[in-house]
Amino acid sequence: MTIKTYREAIIEAMILEMKRDEKVFVIGEDISGGRGCDDFEGEAAGGPMGLTQGLWDEFGAKRVIDTPISETAIMGAAAGAALSGLRPIAELMFSDFFGVCFDQIYNQAAKFRFMYGDQGATPLVIRTMIGAGIGCGPQHSQSPYSIFANIPGLKVVTPSNPYDAKGLLISSIRDNDPVIFCEHKALLGMDGEVPDDSYEVPLGKGKILKEGSDISIVAIGQMVGVVQNCIKNLEQKGISAEIIDPRSLSPFDDEMVYDSVEKTGRLLVLDESNPVCSFGSWITSMVSEEVFSSLKAPTKVLTPPHCPVPAAPNLEAAYLPDMETIIGASENLKNYT
Amino acid sequence: MQLSKDKLIDAYTRMKKIRVFEETMRDEFAKGTVPAFIHLYIGQEAIASGICVELNDNDTIASTHRGHGHCLAKNSDLERMTMEIFCRADGLCEGKGGSMHIADLSVGMLGANAIVGANAPIAVGAALRQRVMGENLVSAAFIGDGASNQGAVFEAMNLASVLKLPVLFVFENNGYAEFTGVDYHCGGGDIAGRAEGFGMPSYKLDGSDFFAVQEAAAEAVERARRGDGPSAIECYAKRWYGHFEGDPQHYRTKEELETIRKDSDPLKIFRQKVEDAGLVESSDLDTIDEDLLSQVTNAVEKAKNSPLPNVEELTTNVYEKGSY
Ligand SMILES: Cc1ncc(C[n+]2csc(CCOP(=O)(O)OP(=O)(O)O)c2C)c(N)n1
Ligand SMILES: [Mg+2]
Repeated sequence: MTIKTYREAIIEAMILEMKRDEKVFVIGEDISGGRGCDDFEGEAAGGPMGLTQGLWDEFGAKRVIDTPISETAIMGAAAGAALSGLRPIAELMFSDFFGVCFDQIYNQAAKFRFMYGDQGATPLVIRTMIGAGIGCGPQHSQSPYSIFANIPGLKVVTPSNPYDAKGLLISSIRDNDPVIFCEHKALLGMDGEVPDDSYEVPLGKGKILKEGSDISIVAIGQMVGVVQNCIKNLEQKGISAEIIDPRSLSPFDDEMVYDSVEKTGRLLVLDESNPVCSFGSWITSMVSEEVFSSLKAPTKVLTPPHCPVPAAPNLEAAYLPDMETIIGASENLKNYT
Repeated sequence: MQLSKDKLIDAYTRMKKIRVFEETMRDEFAKGTVPAFIHLYIGQEAIASGICVELNDNDTIASTHRGHGHCLAKNSDLERMTMEIFCRADGLCEGKGGSMHIADLSVGMLGANAIVGANAPIAVGAALRQRVMGENLVSAAFIGDGASNQGAVFEAMNLASVLKLPVLFVFENNGYAEFTGVDYHCGGGDIAGRAEGFGMPSYKLDGSDFFAVQEAAAEAVERARRGDGPSAIECYAKRWYGHFEGDPQHYRTKEELETIRKDSDPLKIFRQKVEDAGLVESSDLDTIDEDLLSQVTNAVEKAKNSPLPNVEELTTNVYEKGSY
């Protein structure tokens, strides 16, 4: 067992899968950072966030395919390659750029299996960076996973820690459907225990991070760490929280959430997406439909407000749900009569 | 070189303002006062300035993530743009956009843009004012060598060509798209040549030479105003610093950097040309230098001392006030 960062866990997962299966390759912008140039003598940069660091040196240009800035072509080529039997890992540097290439993702890759009568698979992974919190402004900070999860045919995962990042990425690469793998930019440097060997974290299986009896708190991505920081304060206030990291949004481990809510009777969801039609609101609607009689209080979702992510650091801090809001919302649910 | 002394002074002022501004921002970034990443324009000053001296306030430009130079060349409000980079309440975008989204619509600056290539169709849209309203107007898009590979840019060129719109597609070939060289990423290697394929005249020139850029711009602007449609101008000028501040630049050599700074300094080249031709006194330019330094220093100090937005402002400006 070694301590690794979220970033290192992602790189390790790609290396292991590329060694295991020669059909796996990586394609994206700047992923070898200029290694393609004839007279290049430096170190391959591995993208602006270093998320493909070392891959070029290990696997070379045949399987680490640096591209021009052409997201439609990248995603379309990856979709076509997957349909033709390869297993691409396509990098969409920031998830915000899905706007440039969404047709290839949602009209093409997501629908091949369905509209072509299950003739072939589309084993495509789109690795993309989501999230606010580090001052990247309105076009580099969004968390569009609710939009991705809305599309039939796409699978969506949101790892919150290095261990899950590695295991979920390995599962995603082995999966035979398109998976949008959402890497949170504020977590890239996070440390955690990550086994050196290969292992899978199954898609569609959540994890109970802490058991509790008063309230079920489902947290997505970056929000997992924020709610974990609240545990002590909640305990001091006499609130025993059960904390669930769903890890995958599509497929979603609804049974785990239902079971938890049947026990606690209260549900709070922490979600970084825009509030209207957020993934969190979907979770609460399912819970209201399926385990209504267990509820002792209305369900609650905390998201940012209905506005883009602002550049100003103080506004960005106010944008994300913080500990105070989470604790306040938990108290309200606990005290609801 | 038939420019009036006033125009030469104007041109120099725009270029030098960019240089002084960006050097100052570089220092500020190193001090940790800038809230986000910044992409410096140094080395490319002659491009924005050469284009924008041929435009007026009614003409529009659409810019990029490397947008400070475009803003300044289009005469955006210096103080309020500086405040925007520092994300202050009185910034041009009220602190919500930051460095990659500075816009000053009052002078036709339609915004820096953090989506590479997205500005090209936007510039085309602004040019529709000529067709729809019969306005006398020219619209320019600044497009990096990397951005030139975006589908949106090709579509924009074709649309402008088909509709004969008054657009300048200004390709800023600075050698790199992030850490990837243009020799690697640009199929065919000829950005201007691609534009020609869409049926528009194109220029390929030294982007560190103000006069080369300005002459091409003057022709292209005239053509556009006449209603003869778009042109493409590919300007070659390497950036002097990293893709963003903090980029260790492993992808290029120290010698390369030294050579560009020695041989392709747009300001040095400009000064030499106008001084050698006896068009402007060296002392006039020195006075401008001093003046700009104090303007920029004051703008930065003022920005740093001005307040961040009120937290209540987080959800404003999403829709028209009172409509939602
Ligand atoms: C659609 C999109 N893809 C990728 C990026 C990430 N990105 C930001 S700047 C940049 C390089 C742009 O290169 P170029 O167009 O040559 O402009 P330069 O930085 O050299 O001025 C990239 C890839 C982005 N912002 N938007
Ligand atoms: Mg470039």
